[in-house]
Amino acid sequence: MREELIISGRMNHLIDPVLHAWGWEIPVYLFLGGLAAGLLFFAGLYYLLGKENEFPAAVKKAPVLVPIILSLGLFALFLDLHHKLYFWRLYTTIRIESPMSWGAWTLMAITPLSMVWAALNIKEWFPNWDWKYQWIRDIETFVAGYKKHMAWLMVILGVILGIYTGILLSAFNARPLWNTSILGPLFLASGLSAGSALIMLISKDHHERITFARIDLIVIVVELFFIIHMLMGFQASTEVQIEASKLFLGGDLTAPFWIFVVVLGLLVPAGLEIMELLKIKIPVIVPVVLILLGSFMLRWLMTYGGQMSRYLY
Amino acid sequence: MRYAMAIDTKKCVGCSDCVVACQTENNVPIGYCRDWIVEVTDGTYPKLETEIRSERCNHCDNSPCVRCCPTGASHYAEGGIVLVTHDMCIGCSACIESCPYDARFTHPDGYVDKCTFCLHRVDKGMEPACVSVCPTKCMYFGDLDDPNSPVSKVLTTRKYKVLAPEAGTKPNVYYLI
Ligand code: SF4
Ligand code: SF4
Repeated sequence: MREELIISGRMNHLIDPVLHAWGWEIPVYLFLGGLAAGLLFFAGLYYLLGKENEFPAAVKKAPVLVPIILSLGLFALFLDLHHKLYFWRLYTTIRIESPMSWGAWTLMAITPLSMVWAALNIKEWFPNWDWKYQWIRDIETFVAGYKKHMAWLMVILGVILGIYTGILLSAFNARPLWNTSILGPLFLASGLSAGSALIMLISKDHHERITFARIDLIVIVVELFFIIHMLMGFQASTEVQIEASKLFLGGDLTAPFWIFVVVLGLLVPAGLEIMELLKIKIPVIVPVVLILLGSFMLRWLMTYGGQMSRYLY
Repeated sequence: MRYAMAIDTKKCVGCSDCVVACQTENNVPIGYCRDWIVEVTDGTYPKLETEIRSERCNHCDNSPCVRCCPTGASHYAEGGIVLVTHDMCIGCSACIESCPYDARFTHPDGYVDKCTFCLHRVDKGMEPACVSVCPTKCMYFGDLDDPNSPVSKVLTTRKYKVLAPEAGTKPNVYYLI
């Protein structure tokens, strides 16, 4: 039995007594990245399915918000950097083995793409919008011809971005709570759920809302399955992962995890969406806020919990 | 060339001389350290056993910190020593998260800092500062490819372990047990 472990002479800032190298910035970045991924995915998908007019909020309205969401996310990431003046170093190399590098380049591709898509649809929010210069109008007509290609890219890059938000954490073997490959699909699902929730909020059309409530319900079920799968996987793994999963199963983060992520973030909104489908009127803002909150709390608690889990030696 | 270190847990008394020597040699900012002392007591009273270790970056052969670095700032230098190029580091902390030994920290100037095996001394044929000051002479340093180096020799005669081998990092700091 281990009686005592004393580390003397080390009190490094943000490392001891508990690792805290990543604060609020990374979960915010992961949440906004996931949300943007969800919105882009649905916009691209329903454009390709030819449902542009059936689901105007998803295809045309919501994506206008994506550049703003991405910029906020990137700003959060920038705040996290301690050596800010050198951030351009991210773009002088591509490092295949580094998830951070992958993310930086994915965002480099996805941000301008989302801006172009937003520019093409900006009239949805501002009906009187007119580009000031003829040459911008010419460019607009030109890119409008490539909408299909763009939609494909949005679907593919959306999935990559959504999964990346999980892989960024799961690639760290040193933090047992993160070291599960289910985190990629789980965060992708959470991003899709957040995206469909925001579409529900923006949409003015009953049919569209109901469709996205249905989609969201399915995604929530998938998410619950992934969470159970993750916890069971930990139980069947090595000692360090069994220890790590205790954070959510009786340990320090049990209450916030089950209350905010599972009950308020998944079960309650699922119940409200079922009521909506049964034609019981629910103010749409309630499930939407709960889903967004749950999606954020999942990333927050995973980021914090992961840093509390470690190898024992 | 493969630089490595062996530390005798039976001789180490935990005096922290290595910690102070490193801080002085490498101008480590006040309140930070690149090496540190760990005392682990195992067993149930009255049968207790204490191990004292001087720990630092293990200059792993399979370093997750090098792998996850998005800019290439963390890299393998000569003899497998893992270094950080300060003006390539963006301070993203990915490498800090990736190290199972918590051997890295963010320097107040923004870049990530850690043990360098005193490469600047080793290049001149000297020992790392911590090795050279140890009053019990419990540390051995050298090239594993050279069978006559102090570290190679002691590893042929003594039992040893590395920390958290299950993390798959292939550490190059050996603890004699
Ligand atoms: S001990 Fe940590 S910082 Fe040093 S090489 Fe290994 S993983 Fe990297
Ligand atoms: S903090 Fe610096 S050395 Fe570490 S991974 Fe980021 S860029 Fe590389």
